[in-house]
Amino acid sequence: MMQQTLFDKIWGFHRVARRADGRDLIYIDRHVLHELHAHHAFAQLQKQGRPVRRADLTFAVQDHTVASKLGRDDNTNPSGSAFIKAMREGCRINHIRLFDVDDPEQGISHVVAPELGIVLPGATHAVPDSHASTVGGVGALAFGCGTSELAHILASQVMALKRPKNMRVQLDGRLAVGVSAKDAALRVIAEIGVAGARGHVVEYAGAAVRAMPIEQRMTLCNLNIEMGGRSGFVAPDDGTFEWLARRPFVPQGAEWDRALRYWRTLTSDENAGFDREVRLDCTTLEPQITWGTDPSQVVGISGSVPDPAALEPGRRAAAASAFGYMDLAPGTPLLGLPIDRVFIGSCTNSRLPDLQVAADVVRGRHVAEGVIAMVVPGSSSVKREAEAAGLDRVFRAAGFFWGESGCSMCAGGNGDRGRPGERCVSTTNRNFENRQGPKVRTHLASPATAAASAIAGRIADARHLAPGTA
Amino acid sequence: MQPFIRHTGIAAPLIKDDINTDQIAPILHSRGLKEDYRAMLFHRARRREDGSEDSDFVLNMPQFRNAGILVTGENFGAGSSRESAVWSMLANGIRVIVAKSFADIYRENCLQNGLLPVVLGAATCEQFIARVVAADGQASFTVDLVTQRISGPGGPDLAFEIPAADRTRLIEGLDDIGLTLKHVDEIASWEARAQTVQPWLQSARDSR
Repeated sequence: MMQQTLFDKIWGFHRVARRADGRDLIYIDRHVLHELHAHHAFAQLQKQGRPVRRADLTFAVQDHTVASKLGRDDNTNPSGSAFIKAMREGCRINHIRLFDVDDPEQGISHVVAPELGIVLPGATHAVPDSHASTVGGVGALAFGCGTSELAHILASQVMALKRPKNMRVQLDGRLAVGVSAKDAALRVIAEIGVAGARGHVVEYAGAAVRAMPIEQRMTLCNLNIEMGGRSGFVAPDDGTFEWLARRPFVPQGAEWDRALRYWRTLTSDENAGFDREVRLDCTTLEPQITWGTDPSQVVGISGSVPDPAALEPGRRAAAASAFGYMDLAPGTPLLGLPIDRVFIGSCTNSRLPDLQVAADVVRGRHVAEGVIAMVVPGSSSVKREAEAAGLDRVFRAAGFFWGESGCSMCAGGNGDRGRPGERCVSTTNRNFENRQGPKVRTHLASPATAAASAIAGRIADARHLAPGTA
Repeated sequence: MQPFIRHTGIAAPLIKDDINTDQIAPILHSRGLKEDYRAMLFHRARRREDGSEDSDFVLNMPQFRNAGILVTGENFGAGSSRESAVWSMLANGIRVIVAKSFADIYRENCLQNGLLPVVLGAATCEQFIARVVAADGQASFTVDLVTQRISGPGGPDLAFEIPAADRTRLIEGLDDIGLTLKHVDEIASWEARAQTVQPWLQSARDSR
């Protein structure tokens, strides 16, 4: 039999039919909505008189527009309230389980779905959000989609897709202490560019990936779209199964045992062919940070803003336009660059271990004068666990704002935004112009780098931070 | 979905790679369910810092104000999956985007809404860009999906490729959900099979 990749196997299992137009109908095992898209899709179905086929496999989470202020409600962010209420009503009518604003398990969909065990290894998953593949960290195959496709899935429980190609990103060696999945992912994007994985589903493999805790694998898969990938995942292993065991929505008892036997078969065959392969040795990798306005404009933290002449010809125009927006000149070192704001959160880096790493940097220190620093946990569960571990007190004592969970300042859809001209170190996924607020200059980095920079008031390497006072 | 057969209109050159959906349809601070998609398109790029119109932005130039064809570079529509980045094009009368390449999700969103995404090879695209720049909005181009050709001033017709299935769907304005629901029996039998092979996929219950 032909050697298959894990993607081939999951795709093959979930292929329901080939549509007359040549697209494959791929069954979606778990579908999660959020409030920015949901009302359009509900309205479309209502107009067409089409019911939701599998409300029992569908979930909804209020995440993009919810305020992060403690004690928030529907109206704390006035521009979100219509979306929040419309999704609530749509879920009520269609009998969809909603994680509402005040639900103890509300959060960012990509954080909530895995932590409750809603997504499973070898399962397909769809979210009307480009960071859907975050859940690839537990070995699920996830697709981001638009609003029309969302309505399509609600009505049929399948997506009509053209089959993507296979790609493997092999991370060899071992990440040094203080270097994380965020740094490895940024380096890969830097190497292959913002469209380097377009049309491909990426399997992340190699010793450095195997050594990553599940939350780090989710960070890695989260950033897959920033190099244009259609989806991305890590094949599940014992670490995955241990991480998922006993979460509320996973199969229980004898069915868990049966599922586990199946999940252990979820690997790419040894000689399976990939259309594209990329390798990176992580051993000498240092923390990475973006200097420009797309996620491929990355340097090691000890590096400098590049000279365009040293870049590939295809990247020079983008670099030239980024210098002005970022107010940076070629040759400027990143370390020591004064900053105004720090954001720790988003589907990329807001899980408990991310907050622990940041808290370890911050403990006994204080945010530099003039810097506004925020921590927004990825889910209300993460927030509760962090508070139980005392992390909220560490952050607040250091001068950080501690918020309620949601997407917050990643895209600013909830009103959390920087002011024009501010320079912000952010653990998010996009450094696009104006994304975190008009004229805000975003530098993407790991939680450790963001935390260290908040303390120093400048871009800083957490591994070399001056000793704290406590 | 509104069908797409052919479009004749002004072509506007927006010559930049990696234009993302945050730029095409920014999330604005004040918003509601009925959004003004016409005003949303390139909202920031169209305005100066004081809020006045930036006359240097191509779609603000008098000759391109009513453009129906947008010509651009590589990886158009990268980033967020927001469909407003397509709706805002249509709300401004743009029916065709000609690019060297498109981001995957954006291209899918175009097909769902009758906005024709045309991919030209890099060299052909450069030729077309030169013709569009030379025409400067003074003469129209026609993009014909039936013959898969672009015609207009400055040179011979240019042929373009598009997967046959996408072409049919656009020309006939087919209802995508309707196409899929013809397979409803196969969807049901898949569910029955999954129930025996991986039953945990067919149930998502809170065990507490």
